[in-house]
Amino acid sequence: MAAVEHAASAAEKAPTANEYIVHHLTFLKNREPGGIVDFHVIHWDSVFFSVLLAVLFAGSFWLAARRASSVGVPKGFQSFVELIIDFIDTTVKESFSHHSRVIAPLALTIFAWVFLFNFMDMLPVDLLPWVGRFFGVHYLKSVPSTDVNITFGMSLTVFALIIFYSIKMKGLGGFVSEFTMQPFAAKNPVVKVLLIPANLLLEIVPFIARPISLSLRLFGNLFAGEMIFLLIALLTLNGVEQLTGFGGWLGVIAQLVLGLVWAIFHILVITLQAFIFMVLTIIYLSMAHEHH
Amino acid sequence: MESIATIQGMTVLAVGIIFGLGALGTAIGFGILGGRFLEGAARQPELTPMLQTKMFIVAALVDAVAMIGIGFALFFTFANPFLAAVQPAAG
Repeated sequence: MAAVEHAASAAEKAPTANEYIVHHLTFLKNREPGGIVDFHVIHWDSVFFSVLLAVLFAGSFWLAARRASSVGVPKGFQSFVELIIDFIDTTVKESFSHHSRVIAPLALTIFAWVFLFNFMDMLPVDLLPWVGRFFGVHYLKSVPSTDVNITFGMSLTVFALIIFYSIKMKGLGGFVSEFTMQPFAAKNPVVKVLLIPANLLLEIVPFIARPISLSLRLFGNLFAGEMIFLLIALLTLNGVEQLTGFGGWLGVIAQLVLGLVWAIFHILVITLQAFIFMVLTIIYLSMAHEHH
Repeated sequence: MESIATIQGMTVLAVGIIFGLGALGTAIGFGILGGRFLEGAARQPELTPMLQTKMFIVAALVDAVAMIGIGFALFFTFANPFLAAVQPAAG
């Protein structure tokens, strides 16, 4: 498959629709995966963009904090940072009713980082790969949240935090009893033991489903969004040559209109998905902190 | 060759069913969600901003599984693992 695409690009012919899409769905990796799960594979493009965006976000907010003046009305970037902090503060206060120094910075990081990941989808599909070709990079996927590894990395980290705080707040016994004594409770110890399998099943399934759905929700939304951008890009696959025909012009106009409409709708989706990831993290951690 | 055509045909049907049922469930869910939101906002207009925030949260939960389905469906369309399993054998 890779050989075919290299031959096509070497011959400088326009790729077929399928080749174009598969090319844009291929990550820049160090080796081909040897199965569904292969931990030797590294997606360099996802790593690069996620680290770059993290440095961008953390660096700019840190600079704003350093140069913050508490005198008078805040201006410019400082007022923007204060707006975001206020928003996160309000959101955390609504859903999290315990004491934690971690939750608000975590919520801010998740929201800003996921939003920046998603925002990379707003750039034209071929722009960064075109720049990458000058650096000898042939495959480039610029949206880290379309990489299942990135989304699962974040959600499994949140999962680990949930388990950590559950055990810290409720103790190991409390954590285990949360799975074995709910939702069917009993006074009689024998009945309690009998109900353990049913309780385990009813509690473990949503418990495992939460990180999986957290990660795949973000992945699915962004992957579908990127796929539609790719399909819209297919409308002018033949480049300048298609301007000679009426169909070609129709394709150009359709691409402009559809691209605009979808990009505007996608602004809602990227913000919403970042917000949802943050809100669900806050809610899950709030449930983890609950102890009676 | 026939097995490849069969797998492709079945995959297309599967993708169609995934998209269709996902869209059906999501549409009904959003309809009920939006209807309840409008009812609540009509009863107590001062609560509208709070209700709107909560509505968006539930909206993302409602179309989560549909989106996961779409992600898988697009994966089957462009990088079909069933086809990849058969292709070396069939040539």
